[in-house]
Amino acid sequence: MLSAMLGEAWHAMGCNRMRTALTMLGMVIGVGSVVLMLAIGQGAQYAVAQTISTMGSNLYILISGSTSTSGVRTGSGFGPTLNVADAEAISELDDITHVAPVHQGTQQLVYGAKNWSTTIVGTTPSYLDARAWTLTSGYAFGESDVRSASRVALIGKTAAENLFDREDPIGKTIRIRQTPFVIIGTLAAKGQNLDGRDQDDTVIIPLTTAQRKVFGVPFAGSVRTIILQASSAEAMPAVEKSVTALLRRRHRLRDDMDNDFYIRNLAAAADSAAETTRVMSLLLGAIASVSLLVGGIGIMNIMLVSVTERTREIGIRMAIGARQKDILTQFLLEAIMISIAGCLIGLLLGIGGALLINAITDMVIVISGGAVIVAFAVAAGVGVFFGFYPARKAAALDPIEALRYQ
Amino acid sequence: MSEAVIRVAGLGKSYVTAAGLFPALKGVDLTIQRSEFVAIMGPSGSGKSTFMNLLGCLDTPSSGDYFLVERNVAHMPGDELAILRNRTIGFVFQGFNLLPRMTLEDNVALPLVYSGIGREARREKGRQMLARVGLDGYALSLPARISGGQQQRVAIARALINSPRLILADEPTGNLDSHTSEEIMALFEQLNAEGITIVLVTHEADIAAHARRQVRFLDGFIVSDTATPVSELQPC
Ligand SMILES: Nc1ncnc2c1ncn2[C@@H]1O[C@H](COP(=O)(O)OP(=O)(O)OP(=O)(O)O)[C@@H](O)[C@H]1O
Ligand SMILES: [Mg+2]
Repeated sequence: MLSAMLGEAWHAMGCNRMRTALTMLGMVIGVGSVVLMLAIGQGAQYAVAQTISTMGSNLYILISGSTSTSGVRTGSGFGPTLNVADAEAISELDDITHVAPVHQGTQQLVYGAKNWSTTIVGTTPSYLDARAWTLTSGYAFGESDVRSASRVALIGKTAAENLFDREDPIGKTIRIRQTPFVIIGTLAAKGQNLDGRDQDDTVIIPLTTAQRKVFGVPFAGSVRTIILQASSAEAMPAVEKSVTALLRRRHRLRDDMDNDFYIRNLAAAADSAAETTRVMSLLLGAIASVSLLVGGIGIMNIMLVSVTERTREIGIRMAIGARQKDILTQFLLEAIMISIAGCLIGLLLGIGGALLINAITDMVIVISGGAVIVAFAVAAGVGVFFGFYPARKAAALDPIEALRYQ
Repeated sequence: MSEAVIRVAGLGKSYVTAAGLFPALKGVDLTIQRSEFVAIMGPSGSGKSTFMNLLGCLDTPSSGDYFLVERNVAHMPGDELAILRNRTIGFVFQGFNLLPRMTLEDNVALPLVYSGIGREARREKGRQMLARVGLDGYALSLPARISGGQQQRVAIARALINSPRLILADEPTGNLDSHTSEEIMALFEQLNAEGITIVLVTHEADIAAHARRQVRFLDGFIVSDTATPVSELQPC
């Protein structure tokens, strides 16, 4: 019975091809834009998630503030308020997996006749662990290198490419501010960070060497930033409290004094970036859904015209034994078939558009099976929803009246 | 054994019009036995089509009872009436009422769509029925390509497809010339000879003469019911 009905619906669609095609166009545009917008939105989400995964998880960054008393800043002659001893004390606290003091700045790298300006990170071996940063070749420096202020360096992919082209950087000597450094390892590529900065344009050296040879810090042992990693996301609030309490104690801050450091939750920053892209993709989807709705209304409109136009046909069908539900099914199937066919074409165009965008821009595009299935289900739903009223109108016709209709 | 295919008692039908209720049928009693061939006559507006629509289960009466093969269908729900229209009754219209965009075999087989028969079986049966009304070879033609008489044959084939007990025809020759009308009437006579009960409405005495019983309507009542040919009567 259903297959007979499908045949009837197919036949009816073929009878007025131009109109069927135009009706479908609404669905094509609707579904196509939903698929495209979802692909763009999900691509953006994917890109952000990818970036976040390169940051390292459950990270806090401590940034030294200026020493101030009751809101009065005590001049700029003082150095950073954080120091290496703070970092060591923090590493004794519970639920902390890695702590690394960081001193970073921009310096010129020189290799032979070439030079390249890059971010120099002076830190301890924990830094690589906290940021889950692996090496593609060579080995990392150890605690002893930090103690002895060895002149060794790990080089990021971008910096290496600019300085060495295709040469292997391992074992080569570069100069930073006249000091020679031997490259002992190359870092795995991480790509951009959330601010859009290239994380691979960097050289990592021991903290002590950085402070003595590269940056020339007047207050040895003090650092502007410390990064620390909590053992789990759940532990983060407790870690934030205990670290803050510890530092206030160590810095001898009275209760009425502000913190002389900032503690920033990188996970929270990542979450808000992820949330932003999620909202963006929802918004894109919502805008596209409006066109799907318009497509649905188009179907309803055409089906209503079709019911009026085919009143006599409906009368004939009823006279030879069609029940109300047969007529209902027939018109409903027609609407569903139009919307599903439109949906299929829309899917193809949407996916094609997404691939095209992917090919001509560097935007990340993600086409998920889920989105495709949802678009399909929605299209079928639109067909049922907007096809139902005209179909019910057709089914409710009186056979005699319908037969008499000219 | 005589069996009443149709038995109506006190059948009435009033239409709702702007001027109030209009009684088109005012209490009709009639019994038609199996294998009868009945012609219904009467002036325009006398209620013939109204009566036929009730017999064909296309409409429901305002009063009275209608027993179709001993079942009272006067108050049946719409879906059951649809099944009766599909299986028990074949209806032939003055205007043929074929679907213009369907081939003749599909037109003829259309009732089978609603009896749940598969497509190939439907078409096969459709071609058989076309052959029965003398139109073999026309299976794939469209209605607009054939003459009025042929279209009416197709409509009769469609009415016959579910082997109904009863064929109802409202002025089946009204749109045809006299020669073609005779051919259609010959077809009806042949079907009647095969045992199918036939009730048809006509304005023409020579058409009515093919039937073995003539029922005359006037102003919503039956005014005469004769079992002899009435060829000497003037056409209405
Ligand atoms: N749907 C309707 N609404 C209102 N009045 C109607 C309706 N159908 C028929 N009538 C009226 O009922 C009366 C009987 O109509 P009917 O069609 O049964 O006549 P008929 O005998 O078939 O006439 P004809 O020979 O012209 O076909 C007519 O006066 C007609 O105007
Ligand atoms: Mg009439």
